[in-house]
Amino acid sequence: MTGQILIVDDEPAIRRLVRGAAERAGYAVSEAETAADALRAAHREGCELVLLDLGLPDRDGLELVPLIKAMDRAVIVLTARDATGEKVAALDLGADDYVVKPFDTEELLARIRAALRHRNAPSSGTAALVIGDITVDLAARRVMRGGDEVRLTRKEYAVLAELARHPDRVVTHAALLRAVWGDAHVDDVEYLRVAMRGLRLKLEADPATPSLFRNEPGVGYRLVA
Amino acid sequence: MTDPTRPSPNALLKAARREARGRLKIFLGAAPGVGKTFEMLREGAELLRQGRDVVAGIVETHGRAETEALVAPFEVVPRRAIEHGAHRLDEFDIDAMLVRAPAVALIDELAHTNAPGSRHPKRWQDVEELRDAGIDVLTTLNIQHIESLNDVVAGFTRVRVRETVPDAILDDAEIEVVDLPPDELIERLKAGKVYVPHEATRALGHFFSKSNLSALRELALRRAAQAVDRSLLDHVDLVGDAGNWAVGERVVVAVGDQPGGDALIRAAKRFADAMHAPWTAVSVETPRTATLGDAARNRMASALKLAASLGAGLATVPARSVIDGLRAHVLETRATAVVIGKSRRSWWFELRHGSVVDQLVRGLDNVAVHVVPISLSPAPGGEGAVRRPSATRGIAAGLAMVAVTTAGAVALHPLIGSNAIDLLYLLPVIATATLFGLRSSLVASVAAALAYNFFFLPPIYTFTISDPQNVVTLLVLVIVAVVASQLTGRLKREATIGARTASENAALAAFGQRLASVSDESGTAAAVCEEIAQLLKVSTVLFAREGGSIAPIGASPPAPLLGAIDMAAAEWSFDRGEVSGRDSGTLTSSDWQFHPLETALGILGVLGVAAPGGEDPVPADKRILFTTLLGQAALANERLRLEANAREVGALKQRDDLRATLLSSIGHDLKTPLTAVVAAADALAAEHGESGTTAMLKSEARRLRRVFDDLVEMTRIEAGALVVKREATDLTDAVAAAAQDLRAELVGHPLVLDVPPSLPLVEADPRMLHHILINLLGNAAKFAGPGSEIVIQARRLPDRVVLSVLDQGPGLPVGRETLLFDRFTRVDGDDRNGGTGLGLAIVKGFADAMGLDVAASNREQGGAAFDVIWPEARIRRGGE
Repeated sequence: MTGQILIVDDEPAIRRLVRGAAERAGYAVSEAETAADALRAAHREGCELVLLDLGLPDRDGLELVPLIKAMDRAVIVLTARDATGEKVAALDLGADDYVVKPFDTEELLARIRAALRHRNAPSSGTAALVIGDITVDLAARRVMRGGDEVRLTRKEYAVLAELARHPDRVVTHAALLRAVWGDAHVDDVEYLRVAMRGLRLKLEADPATPSLFRNEPGVGYRLVA
Repeated sequence: MTDPTRPSPNALLKAARREARGRLKIFLGAAPGVGKTFEMLREGAELLRQGRDVVAGIVETHGRAETEALVAPFEVVPRRAIEHGAHRLDEFDIDAMLVRAPAVALIDELAHTNAPGSRHPKRWQDVEELRDAGIDVLTTLNIQHIESLNDVVAGFTRVRVRETVPDAILDDAEIEVVDLPPDELIERLKAGKVYVPHEATRALGHFFSKSNLSALRELALRRAAQAVDRSLLDHVDLVGDAGNWAVGERVVVAVGDQPGGDALIRAAKRFADAMHAPWTAVSVETPRTATLGDAARNRMASALKLAASLGAGLATVPARSVIDGLRAHVLETRATAVVIGKSRRSWWFELRHGSVVDQLVRGLDNVAVHVVPISLSPAPGGEGAVRRPSATRGIAAGLAMVAVTTAGAVALHPLIGSNAIDLLYLLPVIATATLFGLRSSLVASVAAALAYNFFFLPPIYTFTISDPQNVVTLLVLVIVAVVASQLTGRLKREATIGARTASENAALAAFGQRLASVSDESGTAAAVCEEIAQLLKVSTVLFAREGGSIAPIGASPPAPLLGAIDMAAAEWSFDRGEVSGRDSGTLTSSDWQFHPLETALGILGVLGVAAPGGEDPVPADKRILFTTLLGQAALANERLRLEANAREVGALKQRDDLRATLLSSIGHDLKTPLTAVVAAADALAAEHGESGTTAMLKSEARRLRRVFDDLVEMTRIEAGALVVKREATDLTDAVAAAAQDLRAELVGHPLVLDVPPSLPLVEADPRMLHHILINLLGNAAKFAGPGSEIVIQARRLPDRVVLSVLDQGPGLPVGRETLLFDRFTRVDGDDRNGGTGLGLAIVKGFADAMGLDVAASNREQGGAAFDVIWPEARIRRGGE
C-alpha cells in the first residue's frame, strides 16, 4: 500500500504507537512534534495524509487545518475533547475526518483508509457508488437496490447524493442542509431528519438499526461504504 | 461669486459658538439678603485662584464695604451711562464685556430690567448673549423672580414682582441654593445688613414674615430638587441597564385618588413588563388634592405603595391640573407611554372638564396613551369636601357685614342716591366669599339682596319687588359670591400646596441623595431610619432577616425599646407583607407600626415607626410622603441586594470557570496516556495476537475515560454551566449512535432496538442525549447478567414520548428508585463492577437541563427499566 502519513502529536508515546500501527498497515510514516514542524513536514513531497492532534504546544491545531488542506493533503483531526463544536469546526475548516482520543487502532486505520481512498479516487460526481446491494448512480440520478430502482423524493435523493460524494466521511448537518435546501435553511435540522428517515426506510436492511447511514450526534451523517 | 448653498462665515461662527456655549450657574436664594452675591463672588474668587479669566460685569454691592472688599480682586467692566429723562442710569455694558471676552463673567441679579435704550430689555437676555459668545456666567436670582412661581409667591406674600426670568433659562443651568434659615435672615434684616429696594419697603414687614420666608425657602429647595430629580433619573437608567430594559422605553402611570387604582397599577406593571421598560407611578398634586378626604388619600397612598412594591419609581408632581402635571412629567422624563385609568364619569363632568384622554393626547406627540377602564364604585359622599372654617361662623360674619353695609348705606343714601347703593352691597358679598367661601357668601348675597330690597327699593320696607331690574341685582350678587369664593379658594389652596409639596419634594430629594451615596447595608439602614425619623418626627427602627429570625439593623433614636409584642408584630409584617402594630389591623397593642419594604425581590426589611405621644405615627396627610419614602427605602435596599448578588454570582462563576478549565486541562492530560494505553494494547495484540490481557487493558482504558467524562460533566451540571442546544432529534439516530459507540461494552448482550419509525422527532441536545444513552446502556450492561438481553424501546403515548432502557438484571431496591438519580448512589450490595455512581446523576442533570423527565422502576418480568420522558412541549409536531 502506498501513501505517506504525517503524525503530528506532542506526545512521543502516541507518535511511536500510532507509527507502529500505521507501518504495520503498510504506510510510510513521518512525525512532527509542533505546529511549526508539522507545516514543514506536511509541505514535503510525498505526504498524503496528516494525523493532526489539536492540542499542540505552540499553536491551536484547528488553525493548521486550512493551511494543510491548502497543500492538498488529507487531514484527520485527533481530539481529546468530546465537544461537538470542535469536531464541526474542524470539518468546516476542511478536515476530512476526526477521531476522538482514546481511539481504537482499528478504527483509526479504517478512517485513514477511507480518507486516502477518497483522496486518490475523488468522486467526480459521475461515478456510481456501490455499497452492498445498493447502487447510487450519480450520473443517471438513479438509486438501485438489488436490481430494483428505489423511488426517492427529490430531497432524499439530494441528501443521498451529497453523502455519496463523500463516502465514509462525516458530512455536517450544516453542509447537507446548505447543499440540499440552501443557505437560508442551515439550521433546519428537522428537514434533514425527515429526509434521513425516508432514506433509512427505503435503503436500510433494518431501518431500526441503521448500518448504512451512521449518525454522528450533533455533527452530521456518514455514509458507511 | 458666492455659492448660495454655502453657509456664510457669520452663520458658521454662530454655529460654532452655539456648540461652545458658555455655562450658566445660578445662585438661587429664597429672598434678598441670604447672601447670593457673596457666594457668587466667593466662587468667582475660587475660579480666579484656579487661573481662570474671571471678570466682574455687574456686582451690586449696595455700598456695603464687606461686599466691595470681595469685588476688589476682580477686573470690573465699567458700566455704561444711559440718560433717562432727568436721570442717569448706570447699566451693564454688554459690548464692553463681549470685547473683553473673559472665560467667566460675574453678572449679579439675573432678573434685572435694563433701562430703556439698552440693547435688551432684560438682563437675562444679556446673559444669554454672553453665553452665546462662549462666556461662562455666574449669576444670582431670587425665587420669586422665576416665571412659573411668580403667581404662587404673589399668592402668599401679597408682593408681586414684575421682573421675571423664564423657566427655560434655569433648565440648562447649574443651580446652587444659597440657604439661610428664616430666623437668621430676619436677624440680618434687623441689623440692616439686607439691602431692600426702595419700592418694596412698604411691603417689607409682610414679605419678611417668618412663614413667608419658610415657604420661599422651600420653593427654592424644590427648584433645586428638580435638578436632583434628574440625576436620580439617571441613576434609575443605570439600574435599568442591569435589568435589560429596552432602550428608550419608559412608562408612566398616573395615580389618582379614584377607587380601582390597584387594578390600574397592575395593568401598568404588566404593560411595562411587556415592553421591558422601566416605569414610574406619578401622582399629581393639584389644588384639588389638598381638598381630598382621608379615604381618597389612603387610596392614593396604597396605589403608590403597590407601585413601589412592583418595582415602579415614584414621583409627585405639583401642578395646576392633572393634565398639566402629567404632561410636564412625561416631557421631562422623556416617557414613551402613559397609562391612565378611565372611570365612567358623568357627561356633565366631561363637558365641563373635557376628556382627560383627549387633552393628554393633544399635548403629547410620539407618546402612546393607554387607557385602562376602571369600574367606578360609587364613592361615599362628602369625602371630597373642602375643609373650611366653620360655616356658621362665616354665615354670621357675612350677615354682620351685610348689616354694617346696610347701616352705612342708610347713612350715605341721602348723599349718593339709590343707584350706587347696590354696588355697596358687593362689598360684604366679596369679603365673605374671600374669607369664608361659597356657602357663607351665598347666604350673604341673599341677605344683601333682601336688605337692599327692603331698605332701598320702592316700595320701601317691604320685600316686594316691583322692578325686574332688581331681580338682576339679586342675580349679580349671587354670581359675584360664587365667582369670588371660587377664585379665592383656588388661590389659597395653590399657595398651601406649593409650600407643602415644596418641603416634601426637598425632603424626598435629600433622602434620595443620601440613599444613593451609601453603598452598604448598615449605611442604608442608618440613612432610612434617621431621615424618616426626622421628616415624620417619629422614632424608627429597621429590621432585616438574619438567618431564621429578624433583627434590628438600624434605629433612630438608637437602641429602641422593643417588647415581645413589637417583635411579633415586626415578624408578622415580614412574613405577611402587610402593615402591623399600632392603628393597623394586627397586633395593635404594639406602640410601633410596622411597614414591610416590598420589592420585586420580596420583602427585604420591615420599618417600624412610633410617634412620641403614642398617636398614629403616619397621619393621613403624611401618608403619601411616607409611602414615597418607604418606596425609596425599598428600592435602595433592592439595589444593594442586587449588587451583592451580582458580586456573589461573579465570584461563584469565576470559581466554577476555574474548576471547569482545570478539569478540561486535566482531561487532556489524562486522555493522552489513555490513548497511549489503548494503542499499546492494540500494538501488543497485533504483535502477539489478541489475548484476554489486551482486551482488558482496552476496556479498562475506555472505562476510565467514561468515568472521567462523567466527572467533567457533573462539574458542569453542578456549576449550572450547561449550555443546552436544542435540536430536532430522531430517536432512531440517537439510539443507533449510542449503540455504535458502546459496542465494545455491549459485547455479549443481545441488543434489541425497538424504536418505531413513525415516532415523532423530539427536542434534545445531541451531545447530552448521547451521554444519557451511553450511561443508561452502560449501566444496563454493567448490572445485568452476562449474556442477558438489553432492550431499547421508544413509545409514543398520548401526552409524551418515552424512551426506555430495559435490562434483565436483579432490578432496583424497592423504594429507592428515585434515590438512584442522586449523586454517588449505587445499587446496594452490588459493587463488583465498581463505578462512581455518577452515571445516573448525570442522566438526571442532563434531562433536567433539556426539560425532560427521568424515571426508574422494576419490570414485572424482572430487571430494571429506566425511562427518559419527553413531555408534549418537547415533541416536534412536524416529524409525525
